[in-house]
Amino acid sequence: MERPLTHNIKPRAEPLWLAEYEKAGGYESVRKALRTMTPEEVQKLVTESTLRGRGGAGFPTGKKWSFVPMGADAPRPKYLVVNADEMEPGTFKDRLLLEGDPHQMIESMIVSAYAIQADVGYIFLRMEYGIAAARLRKAIKEARAKGYLGRNLLGSDFSFEIYLHTSAGRYICGEETALLNALEGKRAIPRAKPPFPQVVGLWGKPTIVQNVETLCNIPHIITHGVEWYRRLSRGKDGGTKIYGVSGNVKRPGAWELPMGTSIRELLEEHAGGMKDGFAFRGLLPGGASTAMLVEEHLDLPMDFESIPQGGSRMGTGTMIVLDDHTCPVGFAQNLEHFFAQESCGWCTPCWEGLSWTERILQSLEDGQGRMDEIDVLTMHTKLLAPGRTFCALAPGAMDPLQSLLKYCRADFERHIHEKRCPWRDEPNGADGARTWPVSSSMIVPTR
Amino acid sequence: MAGIIVDDRPYQVDERENLLQACLSLGFNLPYFCWHPALGSVGACRQCAVKQFRNEQDRQGHLVMACMTPAADGTRISIEDPEAKTFRASVIEWMMANHPHDCPVCDEGGECHLQDMTVMTGHAYRRFRFNKRTFRNQDLGPFITHEMNRCIQCYRCVRLYRDYAGGRDFDAFGSRNHVYFGRHEDGTLENEFSGNLVEVCPTGVFDDKTLMPHYTRKWDLQTAPSVCAHCSLGCNTIAGERYGTLRRILNRYHNEVNGYFLCDRGRFGYGFVNSEERIRRPKSRPSRDGQTIPIDKDMILRELGPLLADKPSRIIGIGSPRASLESNFALRELVGPERFSLGLSVRDAGLNSIILDILRRGPAPSASIHDVEQADAVLILGEDLINTAPRLALAVRQSARQQPMEIVDKLGIPRWHDAAVREAAHARFGPLFIAAPYSSWFADIATETYHAAPDDLARLGFVVAHELDQAAPTASTVNPTIGSLAKRIAAVLGQAERPLVISGTACKSEAVIQSAANVAWALCKTGTPAKLCYCLPESNSLGLAMLGGKSLEEAFSIVKNGAADTVLILENDLYRRADALSGDAFLKTASKVIILDTLEHDTTAKADVLLPAGTFAESDGTLVNNEGRAQRFYQVFPAEADIQESWRWIRDLAVASGHPAQPNMTAWNTLDDVVLALSEAIPVFRRLAEAAPPEKFRMIGQKIPRQTHRFTGRTSMHAPLLMHEPKPVKDPDSPLAFSMEGYLGQPPSPLITHYWAPGWNSVQALNKFQSEVGGPLRQENPGVRLIESFGKRTVTYFTDAPKPFQALDHGWLILPWYQIFGTDELSARASAMAERIPGPTLMLHPEDAATLRFKAGERTELMLGNRSHRVPVKLDAAVPRGTAALTIVSDFTDAVLPAWSPLIRVAEP
Repeated sequence: MERPLTHNIKPRAEPLWLAEYEKAGGYESVRKALRTMTPEEVQKLVTESTLRGRGGAGFPTGKKWSFVPMGADAPRPKYLVVNADEMEPGTFKDRLLLEGDPHQMIESMIVSAYAIQADVGYIFLRMEYGIAAARLRKAIKEARAKGYLGRNLLGSDFSFEIYLHTSAGRYICGEETALLNALEGKRAIPRAKPPFPQVVGLWGKPTIVQNVETLCNIPHIITHGVEWYRRLSRGKDGGTKIYGVSGNVKRPGAWELPMGTSIRELLEEHAGGMKDGFAFRGLLPGGASTAMLVEEHLDLPMDFESIPQGGSRMGTGTMIVLDDHTCPVGFAQNLEHFFAQESCGWCTPCWEGLSWTERILQSLEDGQGRMDEIDVLTMHTKLLAPGRTFCALAPGAMDPLQSLLKYCRADFERHIHEKRCPWRDEPNGADGARTWPVSSSMIVPTR
Repeated sequence: MAGIIVDDRPYQVDERENLLQACLSLGFNLPYFCWHPALGSVGACRQCAVKQFRNEQDRQGHLVMACMTPAADGTRISIEDPEAKTFRASVIEWMMANHPHDCPVCDEGGECHLQDMTVMTGHAYRRFRFNKRTFRNQDLGPFITHEMNRCIQCYRCVRLYRDYAGGRDFDAFGSRNHVYFGRHEDGTLENEFSGNLVEVCPTGVFDDKTLMPHYTRKWDLQTAPSVCAHCSLGCNTIAGERYGTLRRILNRYHNEVNGYFLCDRGRFGYGFVNSEERIRRPKSRPSRDGQTIPIDKDMILRELGPLLADKPSRIIGIGSPRASLESNFALRELVGPERFSLGLSVRDAGLNSIILDILRRGPAPSASIHDVEQADAVLILGEDLINTAPRLALAVRQSARQQPMEIVDKLGIPRWHDAAVREAAHARFGPLFIAAPYSSWFADIATETYHAAPDDLARLGFVVAHELDQAAPTASTVNPTIGSLAKRIAAVLGQAERPLVISGTACKSEAVIQSAANVAWALCKTGTPAKLCYCLPESNSLGLAMLGGKSLEEAFSIVKNGAADTVLILENDLYRRADALSGDAFLKTASKVIILDTLEHDTTAKADVLLPAGTFAESDGTLVNNEGRAQRFYQVFPAEADIQESWRWIRDLAVASGHPAQPNMTAWNTLDDVVLALSEAIPVFRRLAEAAPPEKFRMIGQKIPRQTHRFTGRTSMHAPLLMHEPKPVKDPDSPLAFSMEGYLGQPPSPLITHYWAPGWNSVQALNKFQSEVGGPLRQENPGVRLIESFGKRTVTYFTDAPKPFQALDHGWLILPWYQIFGTDELSARASAMAERIPGPTLMLHPEDAATLRFKAGERTELMLGNRSHRVPVKLDAAVPRGTAALTIVSDFTDAVLPAWSPLIRVAEP
């Protein structure tokens, strides 16, 4: 089984540096594209490959690129921005690629930039990815010294430069327009679309923002062709996918597998099934912002077309498994705490709605829940829908909550009837001795 | 126009608008927060959700934000859709989760947009049971209060302060439901337009701190339309009173002039009306060395009458650029045009006349503030706008957004889509060239700046004009720097569609004013419709110039020669107009000095008789702004006992004298009588009466009340003083009434006393008064532009370009450095201003300072008008070598500036 994206990656080993990387066939796609193909031909290849974005939304990459103004009249400079702000809970696939094969990232950027005729590339890297940052810096330096970056690459009239930007660390920076604002030094809040970044992007110029894993597919498509690429997949969408499993399974991890590998295969073969003594209750298929799937969905192939049949989304393809030792309400509370905290504060439904749901869930956990507040939770799952909130953060936050309310409603109600969390050792008294953690809801401006 | 369908009924709307604006213009009550007509849409608050349908068959529809959806032809929406209504109520529920229920003690209560919108959505019952988030508030200086717990995170404040007004010391900090809108640390908000936060904030986070010490609810304020008295722009205001004190100033929307915004001087400078230093009773000074003693009104008139009657030809009248046209005209009538002085030096009167002459001659018409906002290339010659005409500076900031709009339009981004517009325009600013003697922060968006002495600024103007039209005279010996700068300016202005030249009196230079005219005329002559905008020193400077009269020097010499000995001074402190020695001599020589004014000052200290005049809040009158627009201001409240309009005092004097120069003066009973006499006497004022409806104007037979229909305590507010409810005071001068009774609908625009509509208690009730939201008012009367130059094509250029400025070895040219806070005579006397008025400072080029061995903060001695002064020195590389800029605050006036002075370092003890 071929695994082009992770071919060079050895666990717990240094990545391939330039000489070895080239020896392993590295930068071949750059030579091929710049010497033998026009930008339009590269774009066409990517469109035909049926590559879809791996950041979560699954938008066809070729189509995304087609909106970039091309030709002599196009505004310049144009930008290619790598979304390496991997902050989706349970997701660590981009980290694997960045730490494991930094030159692959650079190669991917060069050929992609060539396709859209971008002048400058930025890697917007999650703050905590220190190892990736160090390795990317070294790789960029090597590539620049070798002439893969800079002016007139390989003697062509194409010039391209890459800068690494380490983020200040906010989940919302994974939203491409918030990322652009952050990169410009502004508050990380999303922008309204249209206009789309392909037309009005970074500093008002045409920009493509693309996930790490998505871009890493491009060199292999160029080098090996569309036919080869589409054959890698078991489904309609081409290529491989890096899947991940976390939770109380025997072998949590990430694997590059054919697109369309089933959930059951991932869970049972690659992750080794549940840990002994733990029973499977459900899973979030593609990170924290996807709706929970249960037993009946295990034979669904993990791809963009199939997962929605179970009422969820493929998302990042890295699943979080819920077991019977974990309180589903606490699980929801943990997730909503994250989303409420990461709300950028721009639109009302998100900045207050998420906070409210989090506090209701906390009160359930504290044994102070009320039945009528289950309705408030349900109301939020309906109101915080796409188009009503400014971006996808709050709807994403509601996906796990609405599915947990659907599949685990009895557990929510038990919290209320028993006035405690049944998964906790020490039940609270009926008088509710615990008080609210007020300190987390106070802000004192810096003096 | 576009046809849209709202709740199954067809409407015609402007397709350039978004659905929110269109719906509000149609009169629908659609709630909103983050959108503002002047700030555009950003889609943050999600309050204006409506249901949109794809077509007639689509019955399901989907929610969209009206503010973010174009009012495209064929759009079908429902405001009344249950799902949309539920969502809108939910948005309020979220906002109210953390909003304190402190309305009874909140300054905003009763005029709160959040209250209005809450009621509008129907949200009433509270389900949120957790602790609310709390913040620590900041001390933001003397103008603005800060109560962050009330914040609903609509982001309007930061968008106004930073994006619109260019402020830097205010921002949004933090995230989620803990976004903090404030400064990085406690401290005074530096931006000159911070006061607009009070009106832009939809709730009580930012309120008027000057209102606090004498707080009154909106419905208990007696309010009247007014015109700002603190610079020449004539921004429209609503002034509010209770219990005989003026309580606050709000913006009064004028589509052509100030739009939605005021500067902080205009908003917070009203305190002088309530000053302890007001002249409230007639006073007489029996002995020139002694104190004044209060004197009965009738008695003083009986005393002065014969004096005026005996020797009418021995009276000199001195007018004022801060007094109304009517008061100046009354004085002119009393003493006769031959003995009427403008109260300005030859030089200052001359500068105003030149501007008047230029605007009359044409072909470049004068620009309104609205025109300035629309300009696509601007040249400023000699003005430091942020200090001399602040609201104009705000308009120029918007003009700099015009050229980048080409990119925005090309990308198909609607102009109301504020965030996208700013992103697409990205840090691009249209052409703005600032040529001024010194720099201010406002130059941050300038294409190029040029700092030079006034003569060199004028030379630049001449060269630019010559570049545009070779027939325009150039300056001699032009150095290459100026030459190439002029070429660049000329190229940009010549290519613009709506170029604008701004200049004014700040440099005290005829040549600067003339060179600006040459540039605008050269543009007009070569086929580019350029406009001209001149800033004048005071609220009625241009009106006074139109009235015409003698200079102060001529008045001085008439008294000195013995041709007159009685002086009647109208609202004027001569020590601000002339050097102290001349002033002293004049006041000493005159045998009788009668002064009509509002506040005590250096001149009143030498008066034999003081008569208490009404401020803008206690009188009606007309002011002519810098573009030549005559606008009426209205009395806000009945003045206490003896205070009355200056023109009424003058009329009373005429009556008391028995045989006035103009017999019909004694028949003046109302302002309309004066306006009529003025419009008949001086041709330029023939349309003056059109500036406002006459006194006899009625709406369905009724006057327009100054008090709201919810005015409380009418029968009891005077109870501690008088058992009986006093009869409402009659207003003989206007269609307004000092009453809560009268016509409650919308009067023509100059008569709008407050903005209120059912369900709309905040200032945003203004929406209901506009024919189209963000556009003109219904039944708009924008005042009368008394000067129009359209159609004139002949150009006669000014020819006298000055020679290059030559620095002296042992003298520095001291230039006036005007201050938004402190220079204006009246607002400087407002207590709220004290903290914002800088101390006297002399700004000097660092290299000049080095030759003098000065360090910043050290003091220098300088000689002005035969008087020596000591001031601290500040260093700034923008100050032209050989010149120094002196703050015009406290005792310093621009009367003798520019002037040469040696600078002597003061050895500190």
